[in-house]
Amino acid sequence: MTDFFGIPLQALLGQLLLGLVNGSFYAVLSLGLAIIFGLLNIINFAHGALYMLGAFLAWMGLQYLGLNYWTMLLLAPLGVALFGIVLERLFLRHLYRLDHLYGLLLTFGLTLLLEGVFRSIYGVSGQPYPTPAALQGGYNLGFMFLPIYRAWVVVASIIVCLATWFIIEKTRLGALLRAATENPKLVEAFGVNVPLMITLTYAFGVGLAGFAGVLATPILQVSPLMGSNLIIVVFAVVVIGGMGSILGSILTGLGLGVIEGFTKVFWPEASNTVVFIIMVIVLLLRPAGLFGKVK
Amino acid sequence: MKREIPVFIALLLIVALLPALGAYPIFIMKVMCYALFACAFNLLLGYTGLLSFGHAAFLGAAAYATGQSLAVWGWPTLAGLLFGTASAAALGLVMGALSIRRSGIYFAMITLALAQMLFFFFLQAPFTGGEDGLQGIPRGSILGLDLSDDLNLYYLVLAIFTFGFLLIWRCVHSPFGQVLKAIRENEPRAISLGYDVDRFKLLAFVLSAALSGLAGATKSLVFVSATLTDATWQMSGLVILMTLIGGLGTLAGPVVGAIIVVLLENKVGEWGAMLAQWTGWNGFRTLGESVTIVIGLIFIVCVMAFRRGIVGELAFRLRRHDA
Repeated sequence: MTDFFGIPLQALLGQLLLGLVNGSFYAVLSLGLAIIFGLLNIINFAHGALYMLGAFLAWMGLQYLGLNYWTMLLLAPLGVALFGIVLERLFLRHLYRLDHLYGLLLTFGLTLLLEGVFRSIYGVSGQPYPTPAALQGGYNLGFMFLPIYRAWVVVASIIVCLATWFIIEKTRLGALLRAATENPKLVEAFGVNVPLMITLTYAFGVGLAGFAGVLATPILQVSPLMGSNLIIVVFAVVVIGGMGSILGSILTGLGLGVIEGFTKVFWPEASNTVVFIIMVIVLLLRPAGLFGKVK
Repeated sequence: MKREIPVFIALLLIVALLPALGAYPIFIMKVMCYALFACAFNLLLGYTGLLSFGHAAFLGAAAYATGQSLAVWGWPTLAGLLFGTASAAALGLVMGALSIRRSGIYFAMITLALAQMLFFFFLQAPFTGGEDGLQGIPRGSILGLDLSDDLNLYYLVLAIFTFGFLLIWRCVHSPFGQVLKAIRENEPRAISLGYDVDRFKLLAFVLSAALSGLAGATKSLVFVSATLTDATWQMSGLVILMTLIGGLGTLAGPVVGAIIVVLLENKVGEWGAMLAQWTGWNGFRTLGESVTIVIGLIFIVCVMAFRRGIVGELAFRLRRHDA
């Protein structure tokens, strides 16, 4: 049992792990998008750029301040969230009454701006980031080699996703949040500060993107363009999942990452497009997405 | 409507005379290609209310199709242009049929994702030359006119642009255009009036794709190349900016927007150098490398404070003045 359809089991499992790692990023990012979309009705095109910002903050923390990975894993998402608060107060707040396409366009402009700024400072070539000492190396499981850092990325992402799911679906705070997406006026009448809730929700959503960015730093090179191709795939994930449910975006993200990983083994040329092909198929069969509700 | 015709003819004459006045023909041809692209895009967003975020797919696909038919298959120029346009129309039919099943933000995301899928196809397909693109596309000749002469090509491009612009004008002022506007303003009402809304949307999508393709095919002749840049999502964003900055849902708006964006892309560096000379601050010299920053800023300003765009704002003021 070392071969599987002519592919060595070791290679297959390696790709499965890679797929899971990518899937974790998809899940965390599409989760953030889903939360923001739920309450602000805005597709946050800047999500990819904020993911990049998170990665850069981690890198800058190490480079200029000597702050290690663990500190930045906490500080960088907070920094991105603070930036998100500024964005929401300055710009997004004024767009809620308009056609929601303007939100998409504004965040698109922000993306160009952010990417442009980092590009003009750091150029397009990536900056390396060392794997933290505690997570270096890997285990030999006998049938495959398991790099500890990649395993950590998957575990940390799943924990964060599930915690977010728990807060939104099972706590009183989450219940208020869901109520506010349905009827903000009524929730306001209960004495809840809905505008503040919206601001903090946006901050939390983009904080998740920043968190994913820090997780990615030791795996990918930190580069201004790291978010721009990823975000399109995440949009496809969102279309496939349907954006209706929190759990849906987590499962779709992970699942598509794994499928992408397998495609890399069996049909490498298609690995970039397989997510989009799946999107087309899903759209033909279920226009509202796998977990979406038709409104 | 009657008032506009003399203005239009006067503008046409001026553009026709520009090369004689010393303007660089390639630059103006570039502007015209993008202007046609933006006008085609505006037919969809400005008049039908559908934000496609994947229009670069049509520009790029038509450029590759034209390049392939001219450079590899050795077709005559006219056939190549038509082939590029038809390819974009066929692609528009497929993409449109898939994307109009959802509306609003979802529509935008689906078109974006489909365009990205096509981008990877162009990146990897054996005939597109990957990152380098198709080079050395022969311009050939049309009706005995040798197009390798920039001036001959200039008038062909002007004719193509005028044809496209007038076609859009005709569409917008026809009953078809009225139905599109009705769909934009109130889709449920258009449905209840008995219009097959999906069919009209698809028709508008295919028309817009075909004209975008015509722009891309023409562009491949102008630059004798088809490159991956034309198919990136950044290009899809740029055409949105052109339309937004000029004025959504106005006929002249996208043209003005295209002029501004192409000027920005080509001249910001020079302007930066000039500013640096005047002010003595060398920081302005780096402006050329930061075109995306400038474009991003304009995007934000347009969305926050200037949603009517230049032509839209002018029209609004004139109308208020008249009233």
